[in-house]
This record gives sequence, structure tokens and C-alpha cells, in this order.
Amino acid sequence: MTGAAPHVPGPQSPAPGGGVTAPPTELVRSPLSDGEWHRLHPLTPLLRGGLFLIVVIGVVIANLRDRLVVLFLPWFAPDLVDEVPEWEGSGDPIDFIVANNLYLVAVLAVLGILIVIVAVFYTSWRFHTFRITGDDVEVRSGILFRTQRRAPLDRVQGVNLTRPMVARLLGTAKLEVVGAGADANVKLEYLSTANAEAVRADILRLASGQRLAASGAPAPGQPQPGGRVAALGQTVGRELTGLIEGPEAPVAVPESVVNIPVGRLVLSHVLSMSTVGLIVALVVLGIGASQGAAWMLFGFVPAIIGFGAFWVRSIVRSLRYSIAPTPDGIRITFGLLTTITEIIPPGRIHAIEVTQPILWRPAGWWLIRINRLTGKSATDGSVDQFTTVLPVGTQADVQRVLQLLQPDVPDDEWTLIVREGMLGPQDGDTFTNTPKRAWWIRPLSYRRNGFRLTGNLLLMRRGVIWRKLVILPLARLQSIGLYQGPLDRLTRVTSARAHVVQGPVYAHLAAIDRDAALAMFEDVARGAVRAAQTDRTHRWAEGADASSMTDAGAHGAGEPPAPVDAPAEASANRGAVGSASGSDDA
Amino acid sequence: MTNSPEATPDSNPASTATEGTPLPEPPAAEAGAAPTRAAARAAAEAAGSASDSSSVTPSGETFTRLVEPRGDARLVLGGGWHQISPKYVTVQFISMGAVLLLVVAAMLVLTLVMHQWWAWIPGGIFTVVLVWTLAILPRQARAIGYQLRQDDLVFRRGILWQRFVAVPYGRMQLIDITHGPLDRGFGIAQLKFVTAAAATGVVIPGLEQSTAETLRDHLVEVAESRRTGL
Repeated sequence: MTGAAPHVPGPQSPAPGGGVTAPPTELVRSPLSDGEWHRLHPLTPLLRGGLFLIVVIGVVIANLRDRLVVLFLPWFAPDLVDEVPEWEGSGDPIDFIVANNLYLVAVLAVLGILIVIVAVFYTSWRFHTFRITGDDVEVRSGILFRTQRRAPLDRVQGVNLTRPMVARLLGTAKLEVVGAGADANVKLEYLSTANAEAVRADILRLASGQRLAASGAPAPGQPQPGGRVAALGQTVGRELTGLIEGPEAPVAVPESVVNIPVGRLVLSHVLSMSTVGLIVALVVLGIGASQGAAWMLFGFVPAIIGFGAFWVRSIVRSLRYSIAPTPDGIRITFGLLTTITEIIPPGRIHAIEVTQPILWRPAGWWLIRINRLTGKSATDGSVDQFTTVLPVGTQADVQRVLQLLQPDVPDDEWTLIVREGMLGPQDGDTFTNTPKRAWWIRPLSYRRNGFRLTGNLLLMRRGVIWRKLVILPLARLQSIGLYQGPLDRLTRVTSARAHVVQGPVYAHLAAIDRDAALAMFEDVARGAVRAAQTDRTHRWAEGADASSMTDAGAHGAGEPPAPVDAPAEASANRGAVGSASGSDDA
Repeated sequence: MTNSPEATPDSNPASTATEGTPLPEPPAAEAGAAPTRAAARAAAEAAGSASDSSSVTPSGETFTRLVEPRGDARLVLGGGWHQISPKYVTVQFISMGAVLLLVVAAMLVLTLVMHQWWAWIPGGIFTVVLVWTLAILPRQARAIGYQLRQDDLVFRRGILWQRFVAVPYGRMQLIDITHGPLDRGFGIAQLKFVTAAAATGVVIPGLEQSTAETLRDHLVEVAESRRTGL
């Protein structure tokens, strides 16, 4: 649609204008992603601002309750009527209305305000439209101040679907296309759940660069010849039935490769450093109380409540966790009340960290966090939800999740990574560790402190009390740095740091032998260039066979998935560079 | 370990490609990278013929001797390093000297005129820090260097605390050139190579303005030919 198009995307403009490519019909399933402008769910105004309005009206009514009762239903509250004279001279607007007999005007004014508010909501809903074309997702909104946001599909870092409690009851969901920048997300709030799932699948399919029709019959919801009115009618009708039938439209959900029992989740939160802090505080409190300072008990109550709230919140957030492979990336779901489902396409993970606090060691549990571009604005506090990939899991769980996160690493490599990287050091260690002479830089962990460079990954292993293993895909590495201070130089060691995008993972390793570090610096610099040249994940399914895609999708969920991204790299070797760099220049 | 004065940013990638890689390259990668390099060179030559910059050496003089820490455990990387202009030291001396003068003047006024003897403490600390910074500045400036290798930019700085960073050209998000009023007076500029990671921190100060612009155009061009995802 060109600039001359009318503001309201009315039914008079069914054909997409010049310059906009409608997505190939065989790739999209939802009538909402046909390259034309569509509106959001009709309940959107209610969910976005209407609830606030209802609350305001409720507060007003609650405050005026006595007055309204006396005015309209005086026989219910005879004792209140006696107080009426007291209100008379106070300059109250309602008294003014009563005294001057302005009931009609007052009612009309209230009605007028309500109509204006509803009209504003309705217009803003009508003006808030989105479209999904072959190349990008676009949203326009605003009545007086129009905003238009367009996100190119090959920069999509993930698509998440958030369903807050109220929206879930109404069968709607918030779709967020994650971009790579501060406040770079495109939000479609709200869509009906089924639509949101379909639109997400479409966005990811279009972003994958898949140009072949996937096998299977075309979906029933193809755009009808009747045009957009018919499509919209269908949509509204379906949403209404969805509303009646129940909140959760059945969506085919791939089975999770990891199952976290609730008991383990709760116990893992109990076995944390905050619990240690709580116990220490309790001991201090006990001593204090026994010495006669009973007032300390009162100060402690808020702390207990705070701990309880923190635990409950973080446990509830991690409940219903699942992680599963899909053809378009990893699908992670969590949250009991507010459910968040996120699909991270391949190659959007910049760093992975596997951690084990010392309290979890007897149980053998691990935590996985990642660095990725979340596209959130700095003020948004929910970032950490999207960076914890596995809240707590056993060693086998970790291996399965890692295989999902980095599908193009051969299996035997993984067993080595788990055995040495997570649990190491072991006999015949293949990591390059801190030399003995530098023990005093890392007095506890110098035996474990080391790195290893495999074909496409840089592994950094460190920490004894908090065992950490950082896994860095070289294709995502931004730069590598070596740092050497005077004491390092005396000991002939160096510290290294891999520079990746911001996140909870800190890829730093101290006290590496100087010669090994210099060799690593060269190897990583070259490896990063090579990996970036062969990397095709920004259009991860381009050139991929449609049948192999569906195979990957139907792959058994219990098994480690086949490498779903860019099969050419699955056999990633240096020989592939020639052809890849050739097409890079094209 | 000396700077090759005749090497321009445009011609250096080709020259360091032969001499700047002490470790043998995997033959496959060499073969694969060849078309990319050829394309980059062609692009650079095209740019050179337009602005006639490839035949021009970096205007103005640069430092010619790299200051390195003593001790054989220091970080060493083969290849010739480009260095920055000595004007950088002059500019820094003027601007920091002005600050130093202000601090000393304020301290003297406070102590002698207003009899606030406590002013010696913060003023003295500030003065010592500034004088020390100025004293080590000439050596520090000589420790800053960069190499334009075949596929990445290597940046070094620091003597006591050495820092080496290698950034593949394809990781470039943008290049910033900044120059303040004093920099403009002396004709130098600061070039910043920005990637998606904030920690990369490749900031090359004290480049001749023409060098900075040539370098920027060159970096943008090679980044374009090696463009990758984030």
C-alpha cells in the first residue's frame, strides 16, 4: 500500500500496492498474514486500556455510593437521608446538580463522556493495523500521531507469545516479534490465541527464507476471493466461537525434551544462596532474641514475607516449563499464570552458560542461561525470563538442551563437552588449563580454569564453587580480546575475554598461559571469520528441502533433534567455505 | 615491530596477508577466502580511483616506534602496526594542561584568598593524578596501534596493562569519527569501531583526519563485502 492509501485500511483496497510483495500463499497458513493490513482482536481496547477505565468507574461509583443511594434509592438507607442537610452547603457538584435540578444535563454529560471514550477506543482500534509481507512485519497505530514500525524478517531474533491471566481468560495472546536493538520489538497485542500461533508460524516460515511449499494440504484459512471483508468476518466469527468454546484453543504443541518435576523446581529454589542468607539471618535473630532484643522479631517479619514472595514468584514463573524443537527454532514455554511461549530461530544465541552452584552439586542439577538480543527497552524488567533456558535440570537434561541450542555440533563432541567441560577436569583432559605457576591467581579453581577451541565453538571452563562452562558459537562472536597486567606478565599468563552481545553470560577467563593464549587469539580470530562466512542462519531454511523440514518437525521429541538449521553446515567443515563465500559476495 | 610508513590502510591488507599471518592457514579456507579478498581489493581500488586515496600515504607523520613492555612474557603479535599521530599527545597536553591549570588556580584561590586549607587535599590528589597521567601519556600514545589484516582489524593499547582486540570486519555495525574543536585545530580525529558487543571497545584516537576518513571508507567497504548476520 503506498503513501496515497487511505488511513483507514478499508475494504476498498484489497490489492497490495506497488513495492510490497505479498508472501507466497503456499507459505502462509493464517488469513492474517496475506500481505494486507489487518486489525487486531476486537477485545484489544478492553485488554489494553479498558480495564483501567472500568476500574476508574468502579472507584468513582464506590466513592459516590452513599450519595447515589440517597438520591435514587432513599428508602434503602433512611438513616443516611438525615445526613443530607450536612452535605448541602459544602459546594459538592452533586449537591449543585440536585439543588438546581440539572439531572438531565448531568446524565447527558456523563453519557457524552462515555461515548467519547468509547469512540476514542474504537477509533484507535480501527487505526491500529498490522500486515505481514514477504519481507517484513509492519504495524501502524495512533490517531493524531501516527506511528509506523517495520521490522525486516531476516533480522528477527525470536517471536514470543505472552498470555497474561486476563488475556488468557478471553482467549487472546500478545505476539512480540523480537528485533535486535534497544526497544526494537514489534508488538501485536492482542490476537486470538489460535491466530497468534498461526501468525507466529507464518512469520517464522517467511523469515526462514523457505521458498518451497511445505508438504501437506493447503490450510483451510486461505484468503477467499471475497476479499478482506469475508476474511475479517471469518476471523471475528472464529474468535467469537473461540470465546464461547473456551479460553485455550487447541494448538499442536511439540513435546518437551525436558520435564522438570515440581518437587525439583521447588527444592532447587530452596537450595539457593538466598536460603543461606535467610538461615544466617535466622541465627543472628535467634542470638539477638535470646539476648533480650525481642524487637528484632518485628523487623524480621517483612524480610520473611519478602523471601516468601520471591520464592513463590520465581517458582510460579518457572512452572509448566517445556523446551522443544520445531522446524523454525527452539520453542520454550514457561509460566503458570502468565504463560510465555518463545520461539528462538537457529543462530540467534550468542553465548551459552551452564552453571552449577555448590548447593546443587549433591543433586547434580544445572542451570542454563544464554545471551541473546532481546530487543527490549532498557526499562523493561522482564528480560531475565528470556535468558534462562533451563531453570534446573540434570546432566542428561543439560545435554539435550545444549543439543537443541547448538544443533550442528556432532554428538561425540557433546559427550566430551559434558564430561570435561561440566564435570572436569578429568584424566586426559583436552582443555588448555591454567599453568601450575599461576595457581595463586585462581587458588581454588586453577586446575579447572581453562579453554578449548573446537571447530565452531569456544569453550571456557571455570569455577569450583560455582562451576561454569561458557559455550560460545564462533559464528556469533563479535570480537576477542587479550588482557595482560603486570602480575600476569610476571607469571607469563594472560586473561582473555570474548566479546558477545549483552546478557547474563560473562565470557571471561583469567590466567591462561601466554603462548597458548596468543595461539588461541589467532585461531579464534580466524575461526570467527570462517564461521561467520559459512553462517546461513539469518535465512535458516533457505535452500533447504521442504521434505527435510517436515521430517525435522515430525522428529521424535524424546530424541535429540536432527540439525534443523541449514543442513549444509551440519557437516560444517572448512571445505564448505569456498562455495559459501562465493554466494556471500553475490 | 615497526610501522611501515609507506603502507596505506588500503594497501596494507594485501601486504599483511602475506607477512602478517605467522600460523599456516587451512588451505580450504585460503581458497574460499580468495574471491572475497579479490572482491574487497577490487572495491578498494574502485574507491581509490574515485578519491585517489590508495596512492596517498597517510598524510602527516605518525609515530614510528612502538613502545612495548619489557619482559619477554609480554603479548606480541606479528605484522606491522600502524600508529597514531604525535599531534594526539600535543592535543592531550593542551587540554589536560588547561584542566591542571584550572585545578591549581582554584586550589590557590581557595587556600590563599579564602583560607580554606582543606582544599589542599582534593586539589593535591587531583594534581598528582593529572601530572602522572601527563607524564605517562607520550609513552601510552606510542603503545596504541592497529593492524588491518585480511579479515579482521587488530587493535592494541597499553603498556603496563596490555590489551589486544581482534574484530572481524564483518562484525562492524557502524564507524564513528569524532573530533573536538582542539582536534580540528590540529587536524586529528578519533575513530570508533562499533560492534553488537559493547565490550569490544575499539577506539583509535589521534588519527590524521584524512587517514581517519580513508580508514572509515575502507572499513565500511570491506565490512560490506564480508557482511554477516549479527
